[in-house]
Amino acid sequence: MNNNDEVKKVNLTINGTAIAVAPGTVLLAAAHQAGVHIPSLCYLNSDEFQYRNSVGSCRVCMVEVVGRRGLVPACSTTVYEGMVVRTDSLKAIRARRTMVELLLSNHPSDCLICERNGNCQLQQMAADMGIRSIKYKGAVSSHPKDIESFSIVRNPDKCILCRRCETMCNSIQSVGVYSAIGRGFETTMGTAFNKPIIETTCTFCGQCVSVCPTGALSEVDATEEVWKLLQAPGKVVIAQTAPAIRVALGEEFGMEPGSVITGKLAAALRRLGFAKVMDTNFTADVTIMEEASEFVHRFQHGGKLPLLTSCCPAWIKFFEHQFPDLLDVPSSCKSPMEMMGALIKSYYAEKAGVDPQDIVVVSIMPCLAKKFEAARPELVSSKGHSDVDIVLSTRELARMIREAGIEFLSLPDEEYDNPLSDSTGAADIFGTTGGVLEAALRTAYKMVTDEDLQAVEFQMLRGVDGVREAEIPFGNTKVRVAIANGLANARELLQKVQSGEVEYHIIEVMACPGGCIGGGGQPYTKGNMEILRRRAAGLYAIDSAKTIRRSYENQAMLTMYAEYIGVPYGEKAHELLHTSYVRREDK
Amino acid sequence: MSQSASCLTEKYGEIDKYIDNLPSLRGALVTVLHQAQTIYGYLPEELQLHIARRLNVPAAQVYGVVSFYSFFTMEPKGQCAISLCMGTACFVLGAGGVLQEFEKELGIKAGETTPDNLFSLDALRCVGACSLAPVVLVGDKVYGKATTSQVRGIIEEHMQRMAKGGGSNE
Repeated sequence: MNNNDEVKKVNLTINGTAIAVAPGTVLLAAAHQAGVHIPSLCYLNSDEFQYRNSVGSCRVCMVEVVGRRGLVPACSTTVYEGMVVRTDSLKAIRARRTMVELLLSNHPSDCLICERNGNCQLQQMAADMGIRSIKYKGAVSSHPKDIESFSIVRNPDKCILCRRCETMCNSIQSVGVYSAIGRGFETTMGTAFNKPIIETTCTFCGQCVSVCPTGALSEVDATEEVWKLLQAPGKVVIAQTAPAIRVALGEEFGMEPGSVITGKLAAALRRLGFAKVMDTNFTADVTIMEEASEFVHRFQHGGKLPLLTSCCPAWIKFFEHQFPDLLDVPSSCKSPMEMMGALIKSYYAEKAGVDPQDIVVVSIMPCLAKKFEAARPELVSSKGHSDVDIVLSTRELARMIREAGIEFLSLPDEEYDNPLSDSTGAADIFGTTGGVLEAALRTAYKMVTDEDLQAVEFQMLRGVDGVREAEIPFGNTKVRVAIANGLANARELLQKVQSGEVEYHIIEVMACPGGCIGGGGQPYTKGNMEILRRRAAGLYAIDSAKTIRRSYENQAMLTMYAEYIGVPYGEKAHELLHTSYVRREDK
Repeated sequence: MSQSASCLTEKYGEIDKYIDNLPSLRGALVTVLHQAQTIYGYLPEELQLHIARRLNVPAAQVYGVVSFYSFFTMEPKGQCAISLCMGTACFVLGAGGVLQEFEKELGIKAGETTPDNLFSLDALRCVGACSLAPVVLVGDKVYGKATTSQVRGIIEEHMQRMAKGGGSNE
């Protein structure tokens, strides 16, 4: 970074405070250095994930530059030497307030019953500015809501046309579901031919929901259904929790990002009325056994390589749309969530003497695509029931905990229920980009070399870079691996593999930047990527604190294999733990 | 797939040839849509999807552009396309009344096509011929300083032309 240090800084003053920033910085970012916050709605930048939305469309960041006639938008105005900026002049304050009032004039005022109540950036802005009346009266847009998908609800009436969703879907995910449709006052952020999102190439990663500043995009709420089932007579409602939940849920209750709340999570679910609390981590270890076996099988028998991981349902749907000719390349492993559902309704049901038809599996996931995945027809068992019945996002679970009046912070730490809960450190890191691959290598190494891997931490596979690659020595051979997070990165990597430009043995793909810790169902980060880093650190800390960190040493899992499944990648495993993919339209 | 690839190749061969001869696909969307509408008369969903695939852009983006420009249409137009300028000058000089007269005579609203598929009627933004306001365009033919009393005559003129097999006056 020496070169950057040598670049001459630009001097300017903001509200009388002199600062020096790198050339090319926009005022909005520079202002932080002067301790000044400039409100913004459309602007959202994360250099780490190459996400840049500075379209300057909302105009709520107007500031005064002394010597210039009009006001300028701070998000798209670059600093220059000697610039004198006032964000606190009456003119600037009034202009920003007017912009917010104009936005409110075409925005439903049903904040009290809005999904984003208390979590909406427009609402927050109106509160910060003390707006008490809607000054401007005029036409109000009205467009149909899209409630047809399993994952995402779109309410165009609450859209402020900030284009964050479009930028996310186009540039980070390369999916391109959204575009501005129509013109002028009638403009909406819509889909091709205004189709419901379920009929598009949407992967349901939910990143558009993550960046939406208002209630225009939200998740399909399943809490009502879960409340009902928890009270329904004769139903055995069993929860499972994904790795990434335990380092994020605490944020909803004021805890620091990355706080490990595994024990409180189990306690909260029990108090909500779940009959049993199982841990998706268990099937993360199972996934490793299956995926590593599949890899070794392909590796030693000249099968299709690279093996692509299949835990991420958004990645799988993306793959089905974009690479329909390569459907035999991804691992056939179900995701850990689906494996858990299948095992609860078979292995556990038999063991506990419960009719699988009476079991309701509720998955707590950091993800909105999991809601779509749970509804996939390929994941219905031969007995006619889905592996997983309902998926709740981290945010939905937090709402249920609050509604039930459970004081989360004072909950004791409780254990999960046997027999599907014990896990190794390898399972915990599934929740962050690179984690599945690292976990798989710990086990594949043993399967290939018949030796226990001693240095289990692969630092070169960690971090948040969009694409990472490494060559891992496995005895005499070398295994070439790659990791992509963000679907545009994944697409680029796959295209290189297709053209023969690069060769790998295994590729891990997670649709969301940062992996599941940054999933579309997680507590809102409002663009603060430091939060993701801390969640990842939380998971790595859990892993390193465990004595057993290699999946094949999970005793509960080995018992399950011995009692029920037989050998990994065997006949029973194929029936319960593996799946197939479908060809989908590319546009 | 709604139709097989080979079938579409045949159907959209002309626009494919146009796309093949473009120096670059980048930024070509509006030009291609313009050309496609000239060839096929309108831009149905299937054609937009075909163009999205050929130019490797999201379908939403194609539809976004089509829905933005009033020039583009997703509905088939009549053999004879009547357009009225509703720019400021034309409007002030009575284009609204002329449009109403066309709507009455043809029995359709602006944006619609007659059931016999002979006429379609559209209101345009300024066509840049303000000195002739109000302006009526029928295909490439321009009628300047149009009045309500001319409307029936214009329609009849084109009915006769089409009856003689004059086509769409291009």
